[in-house]
Amino acid sequence: MSNSVGAVTPQTMHFDTPLACRSGAVLDAYDLMYETYGTLNAEKSNAVLVCHALNASHHVAGFYAEDPRKVGWWDNMIGPGKPLDTDKFFVIGVNNPGGCFGSTGPASINPKTGKAYGSSFPVVTVEDWVEAQARLADRLGIARFAAVMGGSLGAMQALQWAIAFPERIANSIVIAAAPKLSAQNIAFNEVARQAITTDPDFHGGDFYAYNVIPRRGLRLARMIGHITYLSDDAMMEKFGRSLRSGAINFHFDVDFEVESYLRHQGDKFSEYFDANTYLLITRALDYFDPAAACDGDLARALAPATAKFFVASFTSDWRFAPERSREIVKALLDNRASVCYAEINAPHGHDAFLLDDERYLALVRAYFENVANDLGAQV
Amino acid sequence: MNAALPVPAIAGRADLEAIASWVPPGASVLDLGCGEGLLLKYLNRSREVLGYGVEISDANVLACVKNSVNVIQSDLEAGLAGFDAGSFDYVILSQTLQAMHHTEEIIMEMLRVGRQGIVSFPNFGYWPQRLQIMRGRMPRSDVLPHLWYDTPNVHLCTLSDFEDFCATHAVRIIERIVMQGDRRISFAPNLRGSVAVYRFARV
Repeated sequence: MSNSVGAVTPQTMHFDTPLACRSGAVLDAYDLMYETYGTLNAEKSNAVLVCHALNASHHVAGFYAEDPRKVGWWDNMIGPGKPLDTDKFFVIGVNNPGGCFGSTGPASINPKTGKAYGSSFPVVTVEDWVEAQARLADRLGIARFAAVMGGSLGAMQALQWAIAFPERIANSIVIAAAPKLSAQNIAFNEVARQAITTDPDFHGGDFYAYNVIPRRGLRLARMIGHITYLSDDAMMEKFGRSLRSGAINFHFDVDFEVESYLRHQGDKFSEYFDANTYLLITRALDYFDPAAACDGDLARALAPATAKFFVASFTSDWRFAPERSREIVKALLDNRASVCYAEINAPHGHDAFLLDDERYLALVRAYFENVANDLGAQV
Repeated sequence: MNAALPVPAIAGRADLEAIASWVPPGASVLDLGCGEGLLLKYLNRSREVLGYGVEISDANVLACVKNSVNVIQSDLEAGLAGFDAGSFDYVILSQTLQAMHHTEEIIMEMLRVGRQGIVSFPNFGYWPQRLQIMRGRMPRSDVLPHLWYDTPNVHLCTLSDFEDFCATHAVRIIERIVMQGDRRISFAPNLRGSVAVYRFARV
């Protein structure tokens, strides 16, 4: 594994200060699971926070010694000599509250009841996550991030950071983003949620007590989600109309390769992802709309931001199409913010932000070189 | 803004020096087809100009990022829909006008988005080029280096052509600099100048 940060160990931080959520609910105490790569410099100025999207975690880069196949989800982006260079930056990945990878979430035991939170877990939002991340930064002694970076839902967190904590973020790296979901985006999320909540094994979200998981619902949710991450062309390229057994069989089991692929993805997902977390995260997506508080004026919502921005979109992304990123760029221009915007001609759809596209990685690398140079200039 | 950083050279691009000389400190600038962002980098470092570039080429967008210049990847031929009316002091189009398909539209868009427009372009009326045409050949020169079958240029013009265009499109020319190499040309510019730079506004 060349240029890997190597074997990494996740850490846990416990928080006793209640997290007052946007919904009005309060999370009295919680744990955050996180990983760090690279070295925090003496000035504590070289920290970069990487925010995860729907189904990812704090495991952003490197691998686990006990299972080297468990490679971080953005390992192609982050490591020594990589676009986000851990020789220069101290990189933090954190699992958000409500997650299912070690941070306090619906599957965690509520100390008040001795049972899993389940349906009683607060409906957390992007704003709540960013608040929790800021507290983690406090505890790590990081007053200001050199950059906060994310793709998709992670990019929404990078935007929210620039709005909520303008003095604590020098650069906001916003990739494959949207300033809010469209009706179509919400509709897809609703189908996924319905798949989960109508599964008889869901038990209103309190399935833990029954020792079951709403596997069918999770599979369907993942399948529909997965379709929206890929472009029509990418799917056609990958699967075409290839048949599993070489012929159609006049039945409703798997005939086409794409069916087999989706079922496999769904199965895998239902093994490791929590159904309540899926509901929460899709809801966080639905509710994110910083412009709403400013009569729909995104420029006004972004007015407090003082960070420099790097915004990138992918031409074949129909889930968060380039037009959505251009809305963000327009709002930044209205505020005369510093912004570099790249529209990358990539065929892979929304998933492109995770893939090895040379132009994309070169841009991120160049941008982070500027971030590193700015750090040098401050010292 | 970046006063401590070295001011990059724009020598060799006399048209950029002329353009830069017209942009006052602190102005806001939109540079269409900004290439590698050299003009913006120069303006930013020499006179704290807040600038944004617009570029379509991946390589140039990357170069702009490397030059720490604000850049927005976009196709000029599609207009400037992402930019509000009157949102910039100057909208610049250097050495790009002749390669635009939607020539009228982009000039009008420049004057919608900017208070003033600045263009530079190769003067097709430059005498060595006229001579080459008289000899029966498509002209080639320092400012028109391309072969006829392999050129981005589709809308070449002379100074007189451009000035006629302005007159018929309610565009008021404020200032003009004509050059041959680094020299400024005032006598018989349409014959002796190889590059022209214009600053203009709405009538």
